[in-house]
Amino acid sequence: MKKLIGVALVLGGVGAAVMSLASAPVRLGGEVLASLGSGDPVRGERIFWAGGCTSCHARPDAKGDARLELAGGMKLVTPFGTFVPPNISPDTEAGIGGWSVEDFANAMMRGVAPDGSHYYPAFPYTSYARMQPSDIADLHAFMKGLPAVSDRPPDHELSFPFTIRRGLGLWKRLYLNDEPVIALPADAPETVALGRYLVEGPGHCGECHTPRGVIGGTEKARWLSGAVAAEGDGIVPNITSGEGGIGDWSAGDIAAYLETGFTPDFDSVGGSMAEVQRNMARLRPEDRDAIAAYLKTVPPHPNGYPARTKPKG
Amino acid sequence: MRKLIFAISALALATSASFADPQEEREALMKANGRAMGALSAYVKGEKPFDAADVLAQLNKISEDAQKMDAAMLWPAGSATGNSESSPKIWEDPAGFQAAIDKFKTDAAAAAAAPPADVDALKASMGAVGSNCGTCHEAFRIKKG
Repeated sequence: MKKLIGVALVLGGVGAAVMSLASAPVRLGGEVLASLGSGDPVRGERIFWAGGCTSCHARPDAKGDARLELAGGMKLVTPFGTFVPPNISPDTEAGIGGWSVEDFANAMMRGVAPDGSHYYPAFPYTSYARMQPSDIADLHAFMKGLPAVSDRPPDHELSFPFTIRRGLGLWKRLYLNDEPVIALPADAPETVALGRYLVEGPGHCGECHTPRGVIGGTEKARWLSGAVAAEGDGIVPNITSGEGGIGDWSAGDIAAYLETGFTPDFDSVGGSMAEVQRNMARLRPEDRDAIAAYLKTVPPHPNGYPARTKPKG
Repeated sequence: MRKLIFAISALALATSASFADPQEEREALMKANGRAMGALSAYVKGEKPFDAADVLAQLNKISEDAQKMDAAMLWPAGSATGNSESSPKIWEDPAGFQAAIDKFKTDAAAAAAAPPADVDALKASMGAVGSNCGTCHEAFRIKKG
C-alpha cells in the first residue's frame, strides 16, 4: 500500500510538473525577434486598419478620431464571461507605452504578456500569430504615435475554470500556431496569397466567421462557414461559396461590400461588421481585391450555424 | 358626404391593411430602399448613362419611404418574433432608435431637395443617405442568417 501511495505521489508529481511545463508561456524565438526590423509608422497604419484594433480597444461607441484613443473598456459578453479589452494606448502607466517592440510581438504573436502571463484568446493572437514580424513592428511604430490616454478599464469578469490563466498554456498547444489555414499551390496568384495573409492574419476574419468547438477553438475544417455570434443571439454569416454563403457574389461584389458596406442586392452591413467594414474601407483597393480573391478560393462549406427553426417569410 | 365617408373608411382600411403585419411591412420598406439605392448605384458604377430625372425619382422614393418610418407603427412592442432581425435594443433604447430614424428622414429629404446634376454629386448624396443604413443596422439589427 505504501508503495502504491508512493507511486501515486511520484506520478502525481510528474503529472503536475508536466502540466506546469506544458502550460508555461512560450515566447518568440530570437530569429523572429531579429526580423522585426525598425518599424515604419506609415506602413503600420495599413496594418492597424487591417487588424481592426480600434474595433475592440476604442472606448464604447467612440466615433471619428476618438477611435484612435485605444482606452479599452468595451464589454464583450460571451458564454465564457465578460471580456474587457484593456488600454493599449501609448500611455506608459495605463497603456502599453512602456513596452518594447519585443514585448508587443510576444503579445501579438504568442498571446504572452510582458510579465509572462497568458492573454485570453478574445484577443485574437491565434490569427495575429500568422503575421509578418516586420508588420508587427510597423504596427507598433504606428500605435506609438496615437494619443496616450489614462483610462483604466475594469478586469474581465469570468467564471471558474476560465479564471485560471495558466490553463491557457494548454489551450494554446491545441490552437495556437503560425501555419496558414488554407494551403495554396506554389503557383497561386499573388493576390490570393495576399488575401490569405490579410484574412487569416491581421484581419482575423476566421475568429468570428468560423464555428468554435466546446473549449473555444476554431474548427478549421469548417473555415469561414459562419458561426453563432459570440455575443447576443445572432449569427455571423457564412463567407465561403457553400450553401447559405456568398457563392453568388463576384470578387468585385465582395470588394465593393468591404469598401461601401452594401451587398450586391443593396442590403447594408450591420452589427459588429459595420465597424469592421469601416476599417476595411481604409485599406488599399488592391487589399480589398486580394481579400475577395482569397474568399473565392476557400473551400465551400454549408453554414456553420444551425438553420432557423422556421423558414424566412 | 357619403363619398367622403367612403374615402375615409377606404383610406383607414388601406392603412390598417398595410400595417397588418408590421414585420412584413418594415421588411418591404427596407427592400424598397435597397432597390432604389441599387438603381442609383448603376449610375455611379457607370452601368447606365446619368439620368437626372430617374435619379430624382429614386431619391424621392427613398425620401417618401423614409417618411413612412414610424417606430410605433412599424416596430410595435413585441413584434420581434419569428425570423425578425430587429434587435431588442429598438425597445431598450427608443430615443436612440428614433434619433436614427429622424436622421435618415432628414438626410433623405435633403438629398431629394437638392437633386444631383452629375455622377459626383450623386455619389455625395448617396453617401449621405446610405450611411444611415449601416449605422442603424449596426446598432439595431441582429443578423439571423
